[in-house]
Amino acid sequence: MSIGTSPPRRDGPDKLTGRALYADDLRPDGMLYGATVRSERAHARILSVRPDPEFDWNGITVLTAADLPGPNVVTLMTDDQPILADGLVRHVTEPIALIAAPTRERALAAAKAVLVEYEDLPALLDPLTAEGHAIRIFGDDNVYKRIRIQRGERSTLTGHLVRARYATGLQEQLYIEPQSMIASPRPDGGIALVGSMQCPYYVDRAVKRMVGHDRVNVLQAVTGGGFGGKEEYPSILACHATLLAMRTGRPVKITYRRDEDLRCTTKRHPAVIDLATLVSDEGKLLELHAKLWMDGGAYHTLSTVVLSRAILHVGGPYRCPFVDLSGTVVATHTPPNGAFRGFGAPQAQWAMERHMDRVARTLHLDPIELRRRNLYRDGDITGTGQVLVAPGGFAVLESAERAAEAPVTRTTVRPGVTGARMAAGRGLALAWHGCGFTGNGEAKIKGKVGLEVRGSDVAILSSSTDIGQGTETIFPMIVGETLGIPAARAFNTPHDTGLVPDSGPTVASRTAMVVGGTCQKAAEQLLTLLRSRLGDGSFDALVSRWDPNWGPLAVEETYEVDPNIQWDPDTYQGDAYPTFGWSCVIVDLRVDLDTGEVLYDRVVTSTDVGRALSPALAAGQIEGGTLQALGWATAEEVVLDARGCMRNDRLTNYIIPTALDAPEMITILEEIPYAGGPFGAKGIGEIPMDAPAAAVAQAIERATGAILDTLPMTPERVFSALEPR
Amino acid sequence: MNIRFVCNGKPTEVETPPMARLLDVLREDLRLTGSKEGCGEGECGACTVRIDGLTVMSCLVPVYQVHGTVVQTIEGLAADILHPVQAAMLAHGGAQCGICTPGLCMSAAALLESDPTPSREAIRVALAGNLCRCTGYQKVIDAVAGSLVEDR
Ligand code: FES
Ligand code: FES
Repeated sequence: MSIGTSPPRRDGPDKLTGRALYADDLRPDGMLYGATVRSERAHARILSVRPDPEFDWNGITVLTAADLPGPNVVTLMTDDQPILADGLVRHVTEPIALIAAPTRERALAAAKAVLVEYEDLPALLDPLTAEGHAIRIFGDDNVYKRIRIQRGERSTLTGHLVRARYATGLQEQLYIEPQSMIASPRPDGGIALVGSMQCPYYVDRAVKRMVGHDRVNVLQAVTGGGFGGKEEYPSILACHATLLAMRTGRPVKITYRRDEDLRCTTKRHPAVIDLATLVSDEGKLLELHAKLWMDGGAYHTLSTVVLSRAILHVGGPYRCPFVDLSGTVVATHTPPNGAFRGFGAPQAQWAMERHMDRVARTLHLDPIELRRRNLYRDGDITGTGQVLVAPGGFAVLESAERAAEAPVTRTTVRPGVTGARMAAGRGLALAWHGCGFTGNGEAKIKGKVGLEVRGSDVAILSSSTDIGQGTETIFPMIVGETLGIPAARAFNTPHDTGLVPDSGPTVASRTAMVVGGTCQKAAEQLLTLLRSRLGDGSFDALVSRWDPNWGPLAVEETYEVDPNIQWDPDTYQGDAYPTFGWSCVIVDLRVDLDTGEVLYDRVVTSTDVGRALSPALAAGQIEGGTLQALGWATAEEVVLDARGCMRNDRLTNYIIPTALDAPEMITILEEIPYAGGPFGAKGIGEIPMDAPAAAVAQAIERATGAILDTLPMTPERVFSALEPR
Repeated sequence: MNIRFVCNGKPTEVETPPMARLLDVLREDLRLTGSKEGCGEGECGACTVRIDGLTVMSCLVPVYQVHGTVVQTIEGLAADILHPVQAAMLAHGGAQCGICTPGLCMSAAALLESDPTPSREAIRVALAGNLCRCTGYQKVIDAVAGSLVEDR
């Protein structure tokens, strides 16, 4: 029995000793180094692209859009993003030309020696201006998508109307391993890719479409973090490296420098959220009206899906008899935004949790009591008409509050904090998070997993990558447990699209719950296959009696969507998610009244994980996500220049939390099982991003009276919100 | 320039421009790729190695400075069995994606040599130069705090 225990992670020894090979550690024979020439303008016609005649071009290859073998499109959801800009740039840092050179230094120097002549065009950098503007970026109105959900009856009661605007800024995923990809020509004229990525099949599809044939395979290298930043973006590096490899006949590696990675790659969508609620005297929500805008940037990427998840979470974990929720994601001439842990839900719930505090303030109610009065109970109906089964809001609230009774050990004063005048406060916030794809997403994907008996071991074939969260450890535990063999005898094969089926992307808190569930079904199918010939017996006994003439001992299983799940993508009514996770976060902090700096003392989280397959891995996800959320709350701010380009493009000025900034954490795993997940497990990867920022804001308010409705709550913002004393 | 130093216990000689970054010499010339490049400017600690026992960011060190010194990288931290820090990191779940892990282990090992029983606070101070985006540091600190207990 290994489910529910925390064995050391499979890939641990290699990672701890430095043996694990990440993309940039690989150097195939004859490899060249790639670099990218990028737009310096937000919106401009390209008049010419030419090599500087002063530069020594010996041994250097330059490619532009004119050299593309097939459609100039990064294949994802909508065919709007070119692989290389052709005549027009729509955002600063957009790729224009590619370089391959024998050394990294030469490649970077050559990229600087490509001279681009522009004719500037007016640029729209602000989403609220861009919506419906005469300058077109996307479609007729620069809107990628609008969603509206209306449900219930308007209230006949009079109540208190509370309304306000909330906002959130860009956030960088900041995986510590920058983007990296190597393309190598194959003997059959095809291309083999290896790189840092979450979704090998996204890359596979994008490159195959560009080259126009199927002789392409994509292998995930050990990947140094993703958080969504390596969901769709690696397809761009893969197309670029492939073009250079095809032209030169040599392997080509593209590894972004940190500053390039920061300026060019996708970020969390900034959002503006207007909320208006009608609330009864007793503090019951009667009506919720929400209007949300997101900035998608110059290309569509996954923006419509991010908007969808934002709208579906904007009501928070609270019952409300009438909701009118609308959202718009707008195109601007800024670098495209994309997937980031939480996928729109953190922005939406930041607003709703802050709004609950505002309601409590208005009604002179305790903010936690207000939440208690509205928190979803069993059988409640959500804004999409979904009937909730065993919602976990109360369970996580109670266990978090109990754990928070333990005395707080205050951390010593940190550099940057004066410590002279400090105010302490505690804040609490709640969140829910839909696990897996929205609505009928899984039905479209039909994720597959293969199992093969190899000697006495069982190989698991999937495209679900381990980006740190523990897939290489969890899948063998699920398969071993189901077959009744030690987990150590099952293993994931390399995630190579030439060898494994498409299990769907490694996103949306779906890997353990959905693909892990498919692993479990595949193992059951393997047992059924054995028993159909041999009757009952243990797995090992049956395998030893299997006659190879009966065929290979291998199965492939496809994820079966629960037929009871009904979803209408047109009306946005029905079961939005197969199940929800629930979380409560309690933050203890102090505010430096002289600088506005926030010092974290302790964070308690309680999260409903369904079943903790490996408690250590589950807690690790939650703790890491919690700190990423604290970074978003008070430290991480992307500053754009007048062209929409990230100015603070270094780790010296884009600040993520260090070990000194991080609080001690108490991590509670509640287990309210989900029948559709393996051994009851729910998705947990994203929910830790949802509640912390609002808990921080409430704690700051309790400590100082300062009311903050915009993220990030940098020292400057906190300081200017402090009451003059 | 001809640079000679002891690397992970072995006498080592490289022919390289004196201003080449130690990180590049380790990764490219010596193929010791356990030291990682997360930023290239001394901020992330993924490239942490030890020179004569002191932890340094190898992306900031011109290679001529290691001439005549003893350099230790993650590949040299433990021979056959894991160093107590590595073993504790494995047991506590202190590594996730693992890209920061070699650097963290080097810093933690140096800390435990100078202070075998550090407080959690001291551990935070010692690891403040090693960024990790996956773990929230909780299990890393648990591991470093635990490695000494299990060792005694
Ligand atoms: S690569 Fe040296 S500190 Fe980041
Ligand atoms: S484990 Fe991924 S950055 Fe530390």
